[in-house]
Amino acid sequence: MAFTIKVNGVDRIVDVDGDTPLLWVLRDVLGMTGTKFGCGMALCGACTVQIDGVATRSCITTIDGIGTSEITTIEAIGATTAGAKIQKAWLDQEVVQCGYCQSGQIMSASALLASNPHPNDADIDDAMSGNICRCGTYLRIREAIKQAAQT
Amino acid sequence: MILDRLTSLAAGPGRSPSANGLSRRRVLQAGVAASGGLLLSLSLPFANGDTEAADAEGFSPNAFIRIEGDGRVILTMPYVEMGQGTYTSIPMLIAEELEVDLTQVRLEHAPPNEKLYGNPLLGGVQGTGGSTAIRAVWKPMRQAGAIARTMLVAAAAKRWNVDPASCHAQNGEVLHAPTGRSAKYGDLAADAARMTVPETVALKQPKDFRLIGTPAKRLDTPAKVNGTTVFGIDVRPPGVTIATLAQSPVFGGRVKSVDDAAAKAVKGVRQIVRLDDAVAVVADHMGAARKGLAALAIEWNDGPHATLGTDNILRELEKATLNSGAVAQNTGDIDKAMASAVTKVEANYQVPFLAHAAMEPMNCTVHVRKDGCEVWVGNQVIARAQAAAAKTAGLPLDKVVVHNHLIGGGFGRRLEIDGVIRAVQIGQHVDSPVKVVWTREEDIQHDMYRPYFFDRISAGLDEKGMPVAWNHRFAGSSILARWLPPAFNNGLDPDTTDGAINLTYALPNMHVEYLRVEPPGIPTAFWRSVGPSHNVFVVESFMDELAAAAKQDPVKYRQALLDKMPRAKAVLELAAEKAGWGEKLPQGVGRGVSIQFVFGTYLAQIAEVEVSKDGAVRVRRVVCAVDCGIVVNPDTVRAQIQGAIIFGITAALYGEITLKDGRVEQTNFDTYQMLRMNEAPVIEVHIVQSGEPPGGMGEPGTSAIVPAVTNAIFAATGKRLRKLPIDSAELKSA
Repeated sequence: MAFTIKVNGVDRIVDVDGDTPLLWVLRDVLGMTGTKFGCGMALCGACTVQIDGVATRSCITTIDGIGTSEITTIEAIGATTAGAKIQKAWLDQEVVQCGYCQSGQIMSASALLASNPHPNDADIDDAMSGNICRCGTYLRIREAIKQAAQT
Repeated sequence: MILDRLTSLAAGPGRSPSANGLSRRRVLQAGVAASGGLLLSLSLPFANGDTEAADAEGFSPNAFIRIEGDGRVILTMPYVEMGQGTYTSIPMLIAEELEVDLTQVRLEHAPPNEKLYGNPLLGGVQGTGGSTAIRAVWKPMRQAGAIARTMLVAAAAKRWNVDPASCHAQNGEVLHAPTGRSAKYGDLAADAARMTVPETVALKQPKDFRLIGTPAKRLDTPAKVNGTTVFGIDVRPPGVTIATLAQSPVFGGRVKSVDDAAAKAVKGVRQIVRLDDAVAVVADHMGAARKGLAALAIEWNDGPHATLGTDNILRELEKATLNSGAVAQNTGDIDKAMASAVTKVEANYQVPFLAHAAMEPMNCTVHVRKDGCEVWVGNQVIARAQAAAAKTAGLPLDKVVVHNHLIGGGFGRRLEIDGVIRAVQIGQHVDSPVKVVWTREEDIQHDMYRPYFFDRISAGLDEKGMPVAWNHRFAGSSILARWLPPAFNNGLDPDTTDGAINLTYALPNMHVEYLRVEPPGIPTAFWRSVGPSHNVFVVESFMDELAAAAKQDPVKYRQALLDKMPRAKAVLELAAEKAGWGEKLPQGVGRGVSIQFVFGTYLAQIAEVEVSKDGAVRVRRVVCAVDCGIVVNPDTVRAQIQGAIIFGITAALYGEITLKDGRVEQTNFDTYQMLRMNEAPVIEVHIVQSGEPPGGMGEPGTSAIVPAVTNAIFAATGKRLRKLPIDSAELKSA
């Protein structure tokens, strides 16, 4: 059936089964490929988006449960204050290697910063340990979040 | 060294891998680009075996630099970017000598063409791997930049009717200081294309580098932080459908029957493709494809490997090492030395199968038509991908177009073309372009794995406890025997023994044997740090055992064996100093050391590890000292070491693929765990200043960390771990 979802401020109508995960609606139906597939079981965080500002794993979030909530993806996170700070810090700290997981990392970090402007190491661990980076950029992610928190 | 041997394979016998002896005419030509600018064609040394035999007409360029009318410098390059920073560090080499800003250099993926783009350090295969990229292009890319600059200067001097020596290049322009004239490269490119190629060019001295050695910003980062980078999995050719697949859970098994009625009823499912050993569901989107896949009822014929378990494989390897193998190194007289030894130390080691688990799951998009085939993929061996697609589709090579993409993590997995073959097999049954995406479970359960190895190792010590005899024999798969058959000779290949032979240590009597034993049905492949991922663990753990047997400090013991290897000794001493080696640590915390010389890079690591009463291991801090010769981009070197250490700790703590009833038991990141943010140690990287040619940086950090961690566990608990991954149960306090 058809669902109307609000993605990055725009209403989008999609005709898929209600149990379709948001991830595939974004990537394959709407063609927004910035959000990544990693595991399909909320184990790696590559698919992280924000729903009403909360970091959410889109691979297990079904389309019928979203309702009128506002979905924000990597394509638009730079328009938020926290997202812009995080993206700049990512560039300044030269966080990225292969880059595949970084959309999800940035979405998790932006949600953390928006809700907690001065996270300590434990806060960062709590917010970021659900996001795997196989290239091992964790040290730089931590530094980048700290930098963003100071700006 | 593995690389020298692979280089000689590509070069043919009797040829030096040095670029110095090559005539300029044969390694570089200049001409007019199709766009009207200056085109430099380079022949990287020994890209194919015929380079020297070829006459001027037979010049075989394998890299291209275009200077366009708008001043952009465009490099067509046979290497792919998968996070290692190549797409920044290679442009740095050109920009340095060409005197342009790094941001003026743009890269294009080379199309598949092994003849043009073969990697001299990978036996002529058009591949990215083995930490070879910078080593292969270090000199030719700088030469090309210098030649282009010289020709641009000559073009300007001719236009102004002045002596070229009175002109100089700077920031993308040629300047004539006496008259204050200047001309941009873009304006000069067409004229420069008609200038004579200089016979010789002087390269900058390291002291004059303005870019090499600086932490230049990576060129690929901006698109990776805003979601616009297009990885292979992100391509969307018009009309594309999405497929996912189930392959025989037992390697070598076949589909017996499929009931696809329920799958076909899923909204969005278009088609079920049945192959001999796999079933694919083609749908409008991956959500429907996965739902369809779950609804399939597939019966399998498991085939000959239905009862295979890891234990069977281990037993075969263990048994094999009771017999002698191919001799990889024999120095001095091992029997005599062993007989004269005061103390003898013996141990057996083993390392498990490992999956790559790159974050971008395996995927490949194809459009197979009767008259041609198009492939979109991120792959480290793009010419092989093209050949495999052509063969599978039954098409001539020139009817297959391959688009290469940025790779969401390689680690060796994308040196294989199994995924391309599978996608073409599926695509042959589909009218539209189809993107085949592996689920994480399929990605892990149908990987090609770092091989299992079993090692027997022994040493004889003199009255002072120093090693006088070193005897090492091991069994496992040879990846090169499959991947590059000419590299496997007399029972040996240069990768499998890398890190086990020609050690940095002074060992007067040394004997190393290898037995090739292929696990039945299980595909093996390169994995970050390849041969050394196994050998450095064994060698550096055993060296630690010898120090313990001699009741000596592990760092001092190694130092005493490194008198003739000043670069190795220097990194060891630097790491020890920076780590505070010898300083007191709390109960349950230990420091462990490792040192290695592989991939042309000297590297020492000291890990500080905490073991709790319940056996849980936490790596708290890692100090790494590295001498990788001249550093092109120090920030990339740091990033690669940081990442490689995380990769190695993941393997040490969690990495293990096991088989039961012919099936891989691990499925996803819950059963094949990755190190996470809350487990990541502090990592300090100290780079030794050096004027030596660059060494490889993508891999060395991974092999070195594993024994540093297990040696630290020994220091903390007195327990020696000879089997990976680390078993917490073994470390529980009584």
